[in-house]
Amino acid sequence: MSIDLSQFFEVFFEESFEGLDTMEAELLNLVPGEEDLETINTIFRAAHSIKGGSGTFGFTSVADFTHVLETLLDQIRQGERELSTEHVNLLLKAVDCLRGLLAALQSEQEPDLNEANALRLQFEQVLEINNDAEASVQLAGAKDTGSNTYQIDFKPHQHLFKTGNEPLFMISELAELGELETHVFYDEVPDITELSSDECFLHWRFFLNTAKDKKAINEIFEWVEDDADISIELCGGLFTNDSQNNDVKHSVVSDECTLKNEESSTTQPAATPAKPKAQSNDKKPVTTPESTSIRVGIDKVDSLINMVGELVITQAMLNQLSEQEITPATITSLQEGLAQLAHNTRDLQENVMRIRMLPINFVFSRFPRLVRDIAQKLNKQVELKLIGEQTELDKTVMEKISDPMVHLVRNSLDHGLETVEQRVAAGKDPVGTVTLNAFHQGGNIVIEIMDDGQGLNTKKIREKAIANELITADSILSDDEVNELIFMPGFSTMDEVSDLSGRGVGMDVVKRNIQSLNGSVEVTSAPGVGSTFTIRLPLTLAILDGQLVKVAKHTYIIPLISIVESLQIDITKVSRVGKNLDVLRLRDEYIPILRLYDIFNHQNAIESLDKTLLVVVETDNQKVGLLVDDLLSQQQVVIKSLEANYHKVDGVSGATILGDGRVSLIVDISGLIKLSGLKKPGSQELIIDQHIAVEAQ
Amino acid sequence: MNAEKSELNNALSLQQEQGIKQFLTFIMADEEYGVDILTVQEIRSWEEITELPNSPDFVKGVINLRGTIVPIIDLRLRFGLSSAEYGSLTVVIVVKIEFEQGSKIMGIAVDAVSDVYSIAEQDAKAVPSLSESNSCEYVAGLVNVGEKMIALIDLQKTMNI
Repeated sequence: MSIDLSQFFEVFFEESFEGLDTMEAELLNLVPGEEDLETINTIFRAAHSIKGGSGTFGFTSVADFTHVLETLLDQIRQGERELSTEHVNLLLKAVDCLRGLLAALQSEQEPDLNEANALRLQFEQVLEINNDAEASVQLAGAKDTGSNTYQIDFKPHQHLFKTGNEPLFMISELAELGELETHVFYDEVPDITELSSDECFLHWRFFLNTAKDKKAINEIFEWVEDDADISIELCGGLFTNDSQNNDVKHSVVSDECTLKNEESSTTQPAATPAKPKAQSNDKKPVTTPESTSIRVGIDKVDSLINMVGELVITQAMLNQLSEQEITPATITSLQEGLAQLAHNTRDLQENVMRIRMLPINFVFSRFPRLVRDIAQKLNKQVELKLIGEQTELDKTVMEKISDPMVHLVRNSLDHGLETVEQRVAAGKDPVGTVTLNAFHQGGNIVIEIMDDGQGLNTKKIREKAIANELITADSILSDDEVNELIFMPGFSTMDEVSDLSGRGVGMDVVKRNIQSLNGSVEVTSAPGVGSTFTIRLPLTLAILDGQLVKVAKHTYIIPLISIVESLQIDITKVSRVGKNLDVLRLRDEYIPILRLYDIFNHQNAIESLDKTLLVVVETDNQKVGLLVDDLLSQQQVVIKSLEANYHKVDGVSGATILGDGRVSLIVDISGLIKLSGLKKPGSQELIIDQHIAVEAQ
Repeated sequence: MNAEKSELNNALSLQQEQGIKQFLTFIMADEEYGVDILTVQEIRSWEEITELPNSPDFVKGVINLRGTIVPIIDLRLRFGLSSAEYGSLTVVIVVKIEFEQGSKIMGIAVDAVSDVYSIAEQDAKAVPSLSESNSCEYVAGLVNVGEKMIALIDLQKTMNI
């Protein structure tokens, strides 16, 4: 009975990655000296499952590597060894390494074993050093007595195969322990007519000559203890050489059906020697494929099933009504039925969306490790606080927000927090704090990254900005505005480039990534007190709140989140700047007016701007007014991609389908500004000039 | 149902072995053009369309095809012919085209759909390369069916916009 194991690979990988996450999280909880046995057990179990799984699927590189890791854990668990920080570090490295191996295997690449082998060597060293005392005794004993021969009787129950176990795997594992002689008994095999192929009728007797102890053998049969009769006994005493060994075997062995296991003589798990250059400098990044499956709580699925049930009932009711003669009474119930249908559909939509929502913990959970590593590297003392871990967020948003967040946290640790000495000198707690806080606000999720470090160096940023010609020396900007400059491309105030941050690419990429998710990021900072980065994101990328507007005879959608206000233009406040740019003075600001019909090339004739409608939108801290013909309703729209069958259209971020089945386009505000800037060269500069002019007032 | 399908498949594969393909033909400015019928998803009547701003004139806009946004190409304009009024007879042929970066579903607006012909590939003749007008590059070959001449369209080239 051969099964194609590859169909289980995906599950195995998913479980293994989860196991690694657990191990990592628990390892970080371990404090040497006051370790909790349960924590170690959890780590051990995770490692053990990975080892078991990888062995079953034939990923020997992973299995072998996990084995040494497990050995160390087992010794700690048994109290044979005291946990030290060194162990924790080594184990964490091993977790990373395993992740790399598994990722490589998942993407069907040949895993890079250099790192694994180097680490394994380290593990073996650790195991040897600490074992010195007792091991020497054991070794001495082992040398004196040679190896032992065990007689193992293995009689599986008939249902063994049904529990998913395969004796052949166990036998080959046994063979790896030492020299194995196998005898199979088929006296219980029934007549061919009664033979059922998924039941086990065979039983075995093994003679194993091995240097390992009984525990190692027990381990192999651990999984089938309940499904078989197993006896393992030391037989024939102790032997010093093979010939003697064989004699005894022959004397014991009955002559019936002797099967010499071919593997037995050859297999000896040769530990691949680590190459000296294995300290992998040329570590090739293994790209982890973006996970395509999603784990959903059973309660969410149940509620969906309920709703579909209701939907079916409503549909049946409507069906019934349609068959009746139409009277005023049936019309009323028809309307009721339709209202119910609308209700059901909305519920269903909301719940389907909820399936994609996961707690932000999935992102947060990687930070304890990150912070620990960076803090160690920088020699700073840092405490990480996580708040609002259960805040839910769309899965796609989550996947894309994690890199920008890593960057911000790194920055906080590297630039924000001071060294212990500096902190003490400033009269602060020597341990710095970085807080990650997530919460919902309106239709958005807000993520704050706070540190209690030195804050942004406004003066330095200003100097740098002037040096990079981002602003002129006489620009008057508030501190907040200066701080915002760090999001400009090519900006880094670090004098030295460290390997953590300060490469000059960074904040602008962070900002762009967040903007591509329709979100925003801003920074507030106080010297000596700390700085806070606030990321605002829509809860989902699939739906957005839109304002429907009419431009010529077309309907467009403006994302509600970017609308500041809508107003009727008072012509007396409009002045013309340059060739064809109109500017509206609104309170203390000058808002450039963009004629949507003009930018989108639609035929439309607006003679006078007086009393026309202007939608003021804001993006990148820049306000512009979009001239529209009419404001229609506000509604939630489902975003559809134009790129799927066409390609990107400038000034348009996507399309949606309105209630009447027509397609409507969603306006991309920053794309629109770019588009208008291209059409009217100079308008961009004008906007900035005005900005500064306003500041000067 | 399944038996029918497999019969159909057999017939199709037999035809393919002999190099025979079926082409759906349509009329534009009194000329007949053909596209491989296996690329055709459905044929629709002309419906209201949403214009895409700042797109080439032959891209008429997008429609909602059961929840998918599908661009519509005016083949007359693409081929440099004079544009025609859209009316109730105007037909949109929805085709699925394989590009290197994946398949795309697009619609082509034509005057009218004509017929389906089985045409052996070896019967198709190359386009005479006398003229350098841009419309010729979209034609893969010419075939005669009876008295008529049909221009077979290279959809990949035509729709690569």
